[in-house]
Amino acid sequence: MKDMGEGYTTPDGRRIGPVLMELRNITLRFGGVVAIKDISFDIREGEIRAIIGPNGAGKSSMLNVISGFYVPTEGEVWFRGEKRGPMRPYQVARLGIARTFQNIALFDGMSVLDNIMTGRLTLMQSGLFSQALWWGKAAAEEDEHREKVEKIIDFLEIQNIRKTPVGRLPYGLKKRVELARALAAEPKILLLDEPMAGMNVEEKEDMCRFILDVNDEFGTTTVLIEHDMGVVMDLSDRVVVMDYGRKIGDGPPEEVRNNQDVIDAYLGVAHA
Amino acid sequence: MFYREAGDFKTSYRADSQTFPIRLDRMGYFAALAVAYGVVPFVIDDYWANAVFVPFLIYAIAAIGLNILVGYAGQVSLGTGGFMAVGAYAVYKLMTAFPEVPIFLHVILAGGITACVGVLFGLPSLRIKGFYLAVATLAAQFFLVWLFNKVPWFYNYSASGQITAPDRTMFGIFITGAQTSAAAKYLFCLVILTLVALMARNLTRGTVGRKWMAIRDMDIAAEIIGVNPLSAKVTAFAVSSFFIGIAGALLFSVYLGAAEVGEAFGINKSFLVLFMVIIGGLGSIFGSFAGAAFLVLLPVFLKNVLVGGLGWPTDVAAHLELMIVGALIVVFLIVEPHGLAQIWRIAKEKLRLWPFPH
Repeated sequence: MKDMGEGYTTPDGRRIGPVLMELRNITLRFGGVVAIKDISFDIREGEIRAIIGPNGAGKSSMLNVISGFYVPTEGEVWFRGEKRGPMRPYQVARLGIARTFQNIALFDGMSVLDNIMTGRLTLMQSGLFSQALWWGKAAAEEDEHREKVEKIIDFLEIQNIRKTPVGRLPYGLKKRVELARALAAEPKILLLDEPMAGMNVEEKEDMCRFILDVNDEFGTTTVLIEHDMGVVMDLSDRVVVMDYGRKIGDGPPEEVRNNQDVIDAYLGVAHA
Repeated sequence: MFYREAGDFKTSYRADSQTFPIRLDRMGYFAALAVAYGVVPFVIDDYWANAVFVPFLIYAIAAIGLNILVGYAGQVSLGTGGFMAVGAYAVYKLMTAFPEVPIFLHVILAGGITACVGVLFGLPSLRIKGFYLAVATLAAQFFLVWLFNKVPWFYNYSASGQITAPDRTMFGIFITGAQTSAAAKYLFCLVILTLVALMARNLTRGTVGRKWMAIRDMDIAAEIIGVNPLSAKVTAFAVSSFFIGIAGALLFSVYLGAAEVGEAFGINKSFLVLFMVIIGGLGSIFGSFAGAAFLVLLPVFLKNVLVGGLGWPTDVAAHLELMIVGALIVVFLIVEPHGLAQIWRIAKEKLRLWPFPH
């Protein structure tokens, strides 16, 4: 693919910046099983990057490598021009990488508001004693972050459920709350693992709108895994295609759609 | 009909996130405080203090402490008795070593020492979870009781192996020892309980509390959003043990006056406080109060009814009492597994709509 240097402007006028994260020759092995085999690609600032592929292709593993949940067996992760050493997931979160899960991972016992507030934990600094006495910094900080969270609640149109315990919500709203929690962290990179799985058409449309709005409004770099091809082709700027742990395609949606390897992987090949 | 939030508008986030958002609740809370501080100390006598109020206040502190660990942070502990013993022996050593220091400071310091011990026994929680952690804390319980029995330094080489609280005062008023008045015991415990409850509430509504609850509800997701599981679990153990240590120090110095570790702080104590937390409601400060009140008051109430009211022999009443309390616990857990706090919550929700059903 041609080099785009310091970035470019998309046909619809969005500005895509320089490379934010680069994955170099990532290999991930579990014992004898090779989940990811020698994959390299980059993520540019402000773009929506999709990872697609058939079931078991290693997409979620790739996302787990980016979010620090798995440490790659071989290869390097470069983030903002620096090589990322081995890190625990909570340290990666502090670098500004937030994610949602394929099977919703919200805190069921807490209200929607509290769930979204947890997204801002990495940004809050008041200590144990200040909070125990609710004195000075703790109370002021709470208000300040609440205001930010309320903006996200407005943005995602979930004002009416902010005090509801998450356990009582229907599936589609839970997905939205999870997106809100990830957004609350003001992430540099937002990772979405099948944000539209199990949704009906209306819910999917809503979710697409939110993903585009988030990208538009906050300029958030987004990496998403999705099975719905229509959605992927509409939303994303560039697509990585994986199959059996290998990368078989990488580029803008139109280019990938016409790639013979990709067509083979999805439709199967007639063996002579 | 009067219990409404309608018309009670909140114009700031702080007003919206206060502890009692509904005006009637707020009034009830201040009324309870006024009665507790303004009325009870003047009418309390030795029977009411020793049978009802002082044990209730002390167990409420312990229950709040355990609720932070089990209810908020989701780490099961059966070591409460052992940690209370640490508080008791710490306050004993401090009282005898520094007689001139006010007892209040000793009690707080004893809590601090217990917090350190709690952190030590909480470290395994990073690797073990659920029932296995319960077993690990059970080891703490047995080890600590054994330690205080076997090492004479802890009980100042007394011949009986017991510890006895010396007379100590604050502002010239006896707080511990035989000359203490009922009102002094009550007020001392009440002040500490008030402070503990406020601190617990503040901690659980802020960042620290959210970290604990995130770890409780889904530890993997919590780590992904930036919670360091080690520090979250260790702070939970520290804060919880701090409160439990204070409760142990008060139980020994103010309430019992003399204690033998195996008897006063055995495994029974761990279960008693755990039952309080479960019956009261996990993850609720109000539930800690309700659970402590339930398990302290119910035996007293039953005894009064059976012996005083019906005139039954004391030993029959004592056995029956155990059976009734046990049966009630089972019934409670079947009817409302989330405890008294949940019953209270449902009642309030219904009350808000009353007299209409929806």
